[in-house]
Amino acid sequence: MKNTAFAAVSAVALACAAPAAAGPQAEVLHWWTSGGEAKSAAVLQQEFADNGGIWTDMPVAGGGGDAAMTALRARVLSGNAPTAVQLKGPAIQEWYEEGVLADISSVAEAEGWADVLPGSIAGHMKCEGKWCAAPVNVHRVDWIWANAALLEANGIEMPQTWEEFNAAADKLMAAGITPLAHGGQAWQDATVFEAVALGILGPEYFRKAFVELNMDTLKSDKMAAVFDQMRKMRGYVDANFPGRDWNLATSMVMNGEAAFQIMGDWAKGEFLAAGKEPGKDFLCASVPGDGFLYNVDSFAMFEVDGEDKQAGQDLLAKLIVGPKFQEVFNLNKGSIPARVDVKLDAFDTCAHLSAKDMGDSADNGSLLPSYAHGMALRGAQAGAITDVVTAHFNSDMSSAEAVQMLADAVANSL
Amino acid sequence: MTEWLERHIPKMVLAPSFAAVLVFVYGFIAWTAWVSLTRSRLLPKYEIEGLIQYERLFNAPRWDTAMSNLFVFGTLFILISMFLGLMLAILLDQKIRTEGVLRTIYLYPMALSLIVTGTAWKWIMNPGLGLEAMVRGWGFDSFTFDWVINPDKAIYAVVIAGVWQASGFVMALFLAGLRGVDGEIIKAAQVDGIPTWRIYTAIIIPSMAPIFLSAFIVLAHLAIKSFDLVIALTGGGPGYATDLPATFMYTMAFSRGDIGQAASSAMVMMGVVFAIIVPYLYSELRAKHD
Repeated sequence: MKNTAFAAVSAVALACAAPAAAGPQAEVLHWWTSGGEAKSAAVLQQEFADNGGIWTDMPVAGGGGDAAMTALRARVLSGNAPTAVQLKGPAIQEWYEEGVLADISSVAEAEGWADVLPGSIAGHMKCEGKWCAAPVNVHRVDWIWANAALLEANGIEMPQTWEEFNAAADKLMAAGITPLAHGGQAWQDATVFEAVALGILGPEYFRKAFVELNMDTLKSDKMAAVFDQMRKMRGYVDANFPGRDWNLATSMVMNGEAAFQIMGDWAKGEFLAAGKEPGKDFLCASVPGDGFLYNVDSFAMFEVDGEDKQAGQDLLAKLIVGPKFQEVFNLNKGSIPARVDVKLDAFDTCAHLSAKDMGDSADNGSLLPSYAHGMALRGAQAGAITDVVTAHFNSDMSSAEAVQMLADAVANSL
Repeated sequence: MTEWLERHIPKMVLAPSFAAVLVFVYGFIAWTAWVSLTRSRLLPKYEIEGLIQYERLFNAPRWDTAMSNLFVFGTLFILISMFLGLMLAILLDQKIRTEGVLRTIYLYPMALSLIVTGTAWKWIMNPGLGLEAMVRGWGFDSFTFDWVINPDKAIYAVVIAGVWQASGFVMALFLAGLRGVDGEIIKAAQVDGIPTWRIYTAIIIPSMAPIFLSAFIVLAHLAIKSFDLVIALTGGGPGYATDLPATFMYTMAFSRGDIGQAASSAMVMMGVVFAIIVPYLYSELRAKHD
């Protein structure tokens, strides 16, 4: 009896669903649940619906994506993967190796992605030469933000070298101002560390150390110099920094309690939301040194059954990289479009600088993935490095010890 | 028929929960043990690779920190909670008038979730917001209480919050134990003119040995599985100075996609629990045989 009822209900459901099933469908797992991000995700949802698609939203908040990854693992293990998942960096290839990602090369080739995406970013979207993910945006990580009024009052220019930064910081300390706003959480320590490392090692050695995990570079004297500078940075933060969230550090810069912050361009969103103007109230510049560290959000496409779902996947990929979505989304999110042919008229001056530097660094090979934000290395290796960085920053460990520990930790994580 | 039912109904009623425990506890312990011998990263793999994950685990300085933190936290948490709990129980046992109210007040922390305790103590102990700022505001400029942000002392800050939470519960246990001591013996001792402190140390406390054991077991497993308190209070920081095995395991499994490493740390944690529980079970079983 129960079975017949179930069959009847299913039949009705199928009959109703039949016409709809002809349209493209997509179930999208993401963790854009906070204010600005949710708004950005809604843009994509709307555009997908406008093109006749049926969007099934699967937002999983919590733990900076950890909770979403746990949900994804469960779905993949049960053989029922979502259509598209917010994934980034080497995690895409890691999932590919599990044999669960789909090939979207046909869309990518039809849309000419290879011509509009910078080479090193396109590299993250490919699995063994085939396109398997679509990039949404480019966050720059190696930004230094400053309170314009504080710098002016103390006669300080935006530093161009780490020596200048140290001189400026010493001057601010003497004036009783905290030079560097920082939150003592492991990922923030890592963010400052990689900005310092990029400046001191230079792009070439940064790539060797944090992309290729070259042992000689990890153990080099230059790496010791990076830890020396980190020890100096530790002296420039206020005593009460442990555990502070990054946005509270940003508001310290806004309120004039601290002069600088090293943080990715999501910090800009905080300034703008507080009604501050770039160039007038706050300044943005790349951290001293050459290069550009990117953190690219992307959607990886999972292997799904059914034509409607595959059509949904193709449509979604096309829309994500499409110029309209790239512009609207990134205006909301504070990042810049991943494709280089989007008009930037509506963006602010910091975004213009970011886009210009991205183009320049792509040309000279210094466009590099951020290790601290999971773009350069897999979780275990990146985590091992972060452990050393945060242990060094929060103790009186010497640079020589830290370098040795770094090499050991990386070797142990492989 | 009814006789058959009478004989078999208990077994039938117990069977589902027995099967569930078998699968969801012992089955998954076996699964974790298996995975801990593999090179699983993002998803579990099942080819046995030997003890590589344990080698990695014991080479990781962070795991050393986590284990020594567990030792420091566990020892201090258990000893201080037991001592404070016993003192509170003895003081409450003096037939005072408002005992019911006081008992409830001391027991209430146990009703809070550890997340709440952790968050509240995070603010209380934060030098810029809490106690230190308040006392300095009163004019004592040299007063310093910055344990929670000091990597060498942060684990003691976790102990403070844990003790605050658990000692009221231990008090309740001991109070029940004190009430269970035979009043005749105490009266006899009082008649003999034995001082009160001697009555406590020589008669009452030794006769509460089983209560001590229960309190110890409860506190020990609270200490070993401590997770939410650390997450809320320090987030494992500064650096990873307050990492415990449970937070280590969580990080490996859910943030770093290193399931093999997480499984090996879980097995070591289980070993620690066994080291405490097995002697207890052994003594229980032997007591029954006697």
